Amino acid sequence: MYAFDIARPTTLDEAKAAIAAGGQALSGGQTLIPTLKARLAMPETLVSLHGIADLKGVSTDSAGRICVKGATVHRAVAEAVADSFPALSYLASRIGDPAVRNRGTIGGSVANNDPSACYPAAVLACDATVCTDRREIAADDYFQGMFTTALEEDEIVTEVKFPVPQAAAYEKFIQPASRFPLVAVFVARFADGVRVAITGASESGVFRWSAAEEALSANFTPDALDGLSVDADGMIGDLHGSKDYRAHLCGVMAKRAVARAV
Amino acid sequence: MKLTMKVNGREVTGEVEGRTLLVDFLRSDLRLTGTHVGCDTSQCGACTVHVNGELVKSCTMFAAEADGAEIATIEGAAAEDGTLSAIQQAFQDHHGLQCGYCTPGMVMTAASLLKENPKPTEHEVRQYLEGNICRCTGYHNIVKAIMAASGQEMPAMAAE
Ligand SMILES: Cc1cc2nc3c(=O)[nH]c(=O)nc-3n(C[C@H](O)[C@H](O)[C@H](O)COP(=O)(O)OP(=O)(O)OC[C@H]3O[C@@H](n4cnc5c(N)ncnc54)[C@H](O)[C@@H]3O)c2cc1C
Ligand code: FES
Ligand code: FES
Repeated sequence: MYAFDIARPTTLDEAKAAIAAGGQALSGGQTLIPTLKARLAMPETLVSLHGIADLKGVSTDSAGRICVKGATVHRAVAEAVADSFPALSYLASRIGDPAVRNRGTIGGSVANNDPSACYPAAVLACDATVCTDRREIAADDYFQGMFTTALEEDEIVTEVKFPVPQAAAYEKFIQPASRFPLVAVFVARFADGVRVAITGASESGVFRWSAAEEALSANFTPDALDGLSVDADGMIGDLHGSKDYRAHLCGVMAKRAVARAV
Repeated sequence: MKLTMKVNGREVTGEVEGRTLLVDFLRSDLRLTGTHVGCDTSQCGACTVHVNGELVKSCTMFAAEADGAEIATIEGAAAEDGTLSAIQQAFQDHHGLQCGYCTPGMVMTAASLLKENPKPTEHEVRQYLEGNICRCTGYHNIVKAIMAASGQEMPAMAAE
């Protein structure tokens, strides 16, 4: 690693000032520290969000949305929403391993937008709102491709607000070496229709499968997906799975998710 | 920067750089070399310790972030007189280690599991060990040891 300083602010305002002055946010470090070790980043100052009490916790707002503060660790989310939003709880409880879940946070995950990360699928499928230190961004506008988001350089994810679906499920096909999804699907049924988001599969990162959404909005059963397929063009192809295999898995995991949700 | 923490009940102070990893502070500064570095890429769990009671990969946390924290490492597992903890003893009794490289992390992980879930099923044990890699044992005897440490009979395992 290159040398850097670590700042440990206790308020969001202090963190904002330190990041505006050129610092980089350090949340759980479960992605950033490996990146620093590989010398893929060269910050002068890391600004730890861990000590900011206002950035932690899970609550429900007046609209019934589940609101997860940016520096809340995966394990805390899994525990907090076990009854109120079981599909999100399951997703959080299967990220990485217990040690990763004790440190890694939702803010770090959505800011990083790894094409195989779990949370982006839930955020997009639930039409959640990503709140930052300066604005609110709808999920459809937030994710802009692999490792790319609507965030500005010094913008801090402070909260993610999830509308709670009537029925939902997350199905993850685990890539056993990394424990990230090879392909994972989040299905969410709301009063006005179904949304389906897929992670791990596409070279453009998390995406909505609109043909499946249409079919499932008309008929929310696994059979509704019969005959539908995702185009292998644009899928990730690597030693863990070819483009065709990933495209195939999209259908399989979507069916499993619907079967679990109904 | 200066930092203070409690390691296995003992107050320690040190001087670290921002980039100093917790595992390097434990091993190089405090000479607590029981905590191992297997991969240094957050995958293997050999470096697992407890920070304020929670399981953490010490290769994936900066020492500076542990300023003021309570740390438990494998050196604190046995009693003062050297009597092994129930988990350590079970690893010995059930041959839960071969080269021993992964063992400190396995024991710390097992301790967290049994604190959260005193009577886990075999499946729960295996799932909880997802972040701990062992290149020697094939895991069966590790799982057996943890089941035994939880005071449960170990039925024949499906994979054997
Ligand atoms: C062994 C292992 C297995 C894993 N398995 C999975 C898995 O199955 N599924 C999965 O989804 N993830 C997985 N992860 C990744 C893990 O979930 C990370 O915790 C997460 O992706 C990043 O969150 P973090 O809090 O650690 O962020 P950090 O590593 O601290 O930061 C990541 C990036 O986001 C920026 N950032 C952090 N917080 C904010 C914020 N609030 N606002 C703006 N920018 C911010 C940082 O500057 C950095 O660029 C795994 C990681 C490991 C090590
Ligand atoms: S050395 Fe820390 S996870 Fe392998
Ligand atoms: S006993 Fe050798 S790595 Fe586990």
